[in-house]
Amino acid sequence: MAIDALEGTRQITEEARAQRHDQLVPTLNDFSQELTTLNLGPTHPATHGIFQNILQMDGERIVSGVPTIGYIHRAFEKIAERRPFYQITTLTDRMNYCSSPINNLGWHMTVEKLLGVTVPKRAQYIRVIMMELARISDHLICNSILGVDTGAFTGFLYLFQEREKIYEIYEEVCGARLTTNMGRVGGMERDLTPVALEKLRKWLKEFPAVMREFEVLFNRNRIFMDRVVNVGPISAEKALNYGFTGPNLRAAGVDYDVRVMNPYSSYEDFEFDIPVGTKGDTYDRFIVRNEEIWQSLRIINQALENLPEGPFHADAPHFYLPPKEAVYKSMEALIYHFKIVMGEIDAPVGEVYHAVEGGNGELGYYLVSDGGRTPYRLHFRRPCFIYYQAYPEMAVGTTLSDAIVILSSMNVIAGELDA
Amino acid sequence: MAPETPPAAVAEDPTKAQNALVLALLHRLFEADSFTDVAEPYGLLTATTTREKIHGIIAGLQQDEELKLHFLTTLCGIHYPDQLNRELGVIYHLHSLVHNIRLRLKIFFPIADPVVPTISDIYSAANWLERETYDFYGVIFSGHPNLIRILNVEDMDYHPMRKEYPVEDGTREDKTDLFFGR
Repeated sequence: MAIDALEGTRQITEEARAQRHDQLVPTLNDFSQELTTLNLGPTHPATHGIFQNILQMDGERIVSGVPTIGYIHRAFEKIAERRPFYQITTLTDRMNYCSSPINNLGWHMTVEKLLGVTVPKRAQYIRVIMMELARISDHLICNSILGVDTGAFTGFLYLFQEREKIYEIYEEVCGARLTTNMGRVGGMERDLTPVALEKLRKWLKEFPAVMREFEVLFNRNRIFMDRVVNVGPISAEKALNYGFTGPNLRAAGVDYDVRVMNPYSSYEDFEFDIPVGTKGDTYDRFIVRNEEIWQSLRIINQALENLPEGPFHADAPHFYLPPKEAVYKSMEALIYHFKIVMGEIDAPVGEVYHAVEGGNGELGYYLVSDGGRTPYRLHFRRPCFIYYQAYPEMAVGTTLSDAIVILSSMNVIAGELDA
Repeated sequence: MAPETPPAAVAEDPTKAQNALVLALLHRLFEADSFTDVAEPYGLLTATTTREKIHGIIAGLQQDEELKLHFLTTLCGIHYPDQLNRELGVIYHLHSLVHNIRLRLKIFFPIADPVVPTISDIYSAANWLERETYDFYGVIFSGHPNLIRILNVEDMDYHPMRKEYPVEDGTREDKTDLFFGR
């Protein structure tokens, strides 16, 4: 394409802006076609987060929708350019806050890839356990809230109790519950304590019964199925074109899972299945998530059974903080502690893309390092930012109540959407 | 030592061999001078091309039956203030879900003329990603159906991810640290 042909694009954007303002005026009801403009959000109790959708309604049917996002944009990519690597972990917590451990550990793995640090097996297995717990808690929230949106509150109450227990395990492992800041560059910050192991084993024994009860309540429930079957379907081709990943893509019938295609953190050691759907509708997404919970349990059980002995962090003194006792007693530890905390250690020059299977899709970190203490550029591939684009297309033609259910089943997390 | 070296070499080889194969295919599909600065940082094949060619290359790769690079993982902008006439850049990550091949393509162009063709006609996923890049870096994607800011407020009059905008106010003195260079 010749650059001459690109002249005048400024005007195009101005026009687009003007056009959008036309669309956005909430009182612009088109009476000739009897269309009503409806503001769904930004703060609507049924959207679980700050999403605004300006819908054109023809009676009960949605004719068009314009999503507005960015209400909780916090400029993480900009802030990251000023922070040493270990301080960026806390930014990743706040993206998909339903499964923060996956974000944290995915970020550590990115940095480890840049530095060329190999993490010991034990740490990798502990990471797998924590990431799968996070996936379960993420799916529990999504599926139980989907129940709430269809009018079934009971499942939500049952499952939230289980999520609370997962959070208690997090607490034992890293001290925090929601924004976990779990793990360190080079491994975990501490080994699994006996209490954590005991809580984990207890939970693994008790949880399946609750999950089965939830599935009995929902999976073949006539009322629930009437609300979700054939609602918001998306074909595999369209889903791929829209950049879907994670359970939403698998519900459409594509068996892409980062854990299998590009295994990280020893995922190749475990045996598990990738559930796929056929139609990519809300019911498929729900069932795929439920099945993934069972598969995650399989992985956790295998990891716990075969948990290797050994150190829980790599020998990477330039990036992994020495134990606090050593800092008081040994000069070398004090120096490393000081250098790490003050961010005085330079990283190698290079660029890395590392992806992990997040709660809702491929969570990628593109890190460009110019050799300094902070990233030169850090881009987060946030799965729901990319697939939320398809929402208007999926919602058009349905009723408002269906649109809520579709949004809920897509598992769009506002923190990740806006980063 | 001797028996340990071959497995390491073999373990490294598949990515290298695959990348060489992909590169050969790229050269066959498109003009050989389309790609410069070919490298494999951390095993991911990376090439730089030009804004005139990027649309044709990405469209061609999507259609290509052999490579099946038909998934846009992500795209993002980057700013190098010191590269004269190549200050701004856009970086595309493509992925073949069939063969598990990843490819990173880069384009660079002057900040005074930040116009590049959109690929939102090829990938719907690019729509918001390009809006984000416009929002952050001021890259104008010609042919984009709705190129307006997406995360920042609409009446913002600068592009905040450019390097000339520091995160914190540069005139503050309470945060300067003479010894550790902050």
